[in-house]
Amino acid sequence: MAHRIVILGGGTGGTLMANRLRKHYGSDAEITVVDQDDRHVYQPGLLFVPFGLADPEHIVRGRERQLHKGIAFRLAAVDRVDIDERIVTLEGNETLPYDLLVVATGARLLPEETEGLTGPGWNEKVFTFYDLDGATALHQALEDFDGGRIALNVIDMPIKCPVAPLEFSFLADWYFQDRGIRDAVELTYVTPLDGAFTKPTASAALGGMLEEKGVSLVTEFNTGEVDGPGGRIVSYDEREVPFDLAVVIPLHGGAEYVERSPGLGDELGFVPTDERTLQSKVRPEIFAIGDATNVPASKAGSVTHFEGEVLLENIIRFLDGDELDASYDGHANCFIETGFHKAMLIDFNYDTEPLTGHFPSSVGVPLLKDSRLNHLGKLMFQWFYWHALLPGRDIPGIGPDMPTSGKVLGPR
Amino acid sequence: MATVTIAGHTIDRNDEGFFEDPDQWNQEVATEVAKEEGIEELTPKHWQVIEFMRKEYFEKGTGPTVRMLGKTSGVTVKELYQLFPKGPAKVAAKVAGIPKPRGCI
Ligand SMILES: Cc1cc2nc3c(=O)[nH]c(=O)nc-3n(C[C@H](O)[C@H](O)[C@H](O)COP(=O)(O)OP(=O)(O)OC[C@H]3O[C@@H](n4cnc5c(N)ncnc54)[C@H](O)[C@@H]3O)c2cc1C
Repeated sequence: MAHRIVILGGGTGGTLMANRLRKHYGSDAEITVVDQDDRHVYQPGLLFVPFGLADPEHIVRGRERQLHKGIAFRLAAVDRVDIDERIVTLEGNETLPYDLLVVATGARLLPEETEGLTGPGWNEKVFTFYDLDGATALHQALEDFDGGRIALNVIDMPIKCPVAPLEFSFLADWYFQDRGIRDAVELTYVTPLDGAFTKPTASAALGGMLEEKGVSLVTEFNTGEVDGPGGRIVSYDEREVPFDLAVVIPLHGGAEYVERSPGLGDELGFVPTDERTLQSKVRPEIFAIGDATNVPASKAGSVTHFEGEVLLENIIRFLDGDELDASYDGHANCFIETGFHKAMLIDFNYDTEPLTGHFPSSVGVPLLKDSRLNHLGKLMFQWFYWHALLPGRDIPGIGPDMPTSGKVLGPR
Repeated sequence: MATVTIAGHTIDRNDEGFFEDPDQWNQEVATEVAKEEGIEELTPKHWQVIEFMRKEYFEKGTGPTVRMLGKTSGVTVKELYQLFPKGPAKVAAKVAGIPKPRGCI
C-alpha cells in the first residue's frame, strides 16, 4: 500500500518537501499538503516593500501552483493533530490519517503578547514589516515621514531571518539619504542581544556597519511595553527609547494548532526536533522542517532548504525501516543587504559562527564584507526560490554541509 | 577559562563567569555568586527560579530564555526582572551554576 504522507504547511519547507517526496516516490506515496491560505509570499521580499523596492503583488503566488502534479492540496486550517491516533483534524472536522507527518507550519507573529504593541498607534506609528499588510502600510508611512526618530526594535529571539532587522536599518539609512533628509532622521536599533548580532565575529562586523551608517545601538533591551500614543518603548528594567515611528519585530511562536495538540509542541509552540536528523522527539513518525522546529539554527529559508535534503533522506530511511542519517549540521547562509546596491554574505552552522573569508572556497565571494556581487546574489535569489528551491532542486555547489575551506578560522 | 575558589569550593568558570561544570554547584556557592551579581539575599522566589533553571538544564541541555521562564517557571517576566534586574536568563543561569543559555540565532 502507498505510504500516506501528510505535510502541514505549504510555505517554503512544506512545498519543497512535497515536491522532493513526489519526485522520489511517484505514486508509491499519497502526498497531501495542507495550508490555510493560497497566498505564498516570498518572505525575503518583505524587506524591500517598505522602501518601494518591491511591489507587494510581485512577491505573492498561488501555493497550489508550486506543487508538482499528483500532490493533493487541501485549502484549510489545521485544527489539531492527535499524535496517538495519527490523525490530523482540519477546521470543519475533515480528518486526514497519516503514516508519516511533516510539520512545516512555520512561525507565527505574536504582537499581542507585548503590552501596548497592538494598541493605539498600531499600523499608524508602530509597524512591522514581517507580514505583507504590515510591510505595505509601512511603505506609506515611510513615504510620509519627513524627519524625526525611528526606533527599530527586536522584541525577543527567536525571530525569522535574524539579520532582516539589521538590513532594514541599513536600507533605511540609504532610503533617507536618497530622499535628502538623512540628517533629519535619527535611527536607533534596539535589541535584546548584547551586540548587533548573536555571534562575536559577525556581531563586531555588523555593529561596525551600524556605526558607520550612523545608526545608534541600544543593547540588552528587553521590551516590556510599546506605548504608541506616548511614542516610547519601555524595557522591563525601565529604560525608555523614544520614537516618532517604531518598526517592531514581534515575538514569534509556532502555529496555534500545535498548542491545541497535546504533546506536539513546546511552550512556544515549536516542535521539539532532533537537530541532526529532523525527526521529532515527540513521535518517530513525525518529522519537522523550517521555522516550525525548535532546532538551534536560524529560522531562515536557506536553513529550511538545507534541512530538506537531509529530511528527504531520513523519510526514505524511516519508511524503509533503516537507521536515520544524523548529518544536518545547522548550515545557514544569508545575504545581508547593506544599501547602495551592496550586500554581505554570512555562512555558518551549529558549531562555526559566521566568519570572514570567502564562500564557498577561497576563490569565492567575500564573507562579512559588502560587495555588489552579493547584492546581485540576493536579487537573483527570488528567481532561485520559485524555480529551483521550491521545486526541490539542489543548488549546484551549495550543499547542506557548511563549507570550511574559504573561512578564516580562529581569531581574526 | 579560570579556576576560582568560591565559598571554599573549586569552580571552573568561563570568561563570562558561567560555570563549566554544573556539578560543581551548591547552595553556598550560589549565594556568593548572587552577591557578585549585586543580589544581597536570595529569597524563596529566587530559589524557585534557580531550581527551575537547573531542572530545565539537566532535562534539555540548555537553560531557558526569559520568555520560557515567564511561561513555565510560575514567576512572571516582570517579577523575574525585579528578582534579577541585570537580566534574568543570564544572571539566574550564573547563580544556578549552568552554562549561558544558548541564544537563538
Ligand atoms: C522579512 C523577512 C525576511 C526574510 N529574509 C530571508 C532571507 O533573506 N533569507 C532566508 O533564507 N530567509 C529569510 N526569511 C525567512 C524565511 O522566509 C522563512 O524562514 C521560511 O519561509 C521558513 O519556511 P517554513 O516552511 O518553515 O515556513 P513558511 O514558509 O512561513 O510556511 C509556513 C506555512 O504554514 C501555514 N500554516 C500556518 N499555520 C497553519 C494552520 N494552522 N493550518 C494550515 N496552514 C498553516 C502558513 O500559511 C504558511 O504557508 C525572511 C523572513 C522574513 C519575515
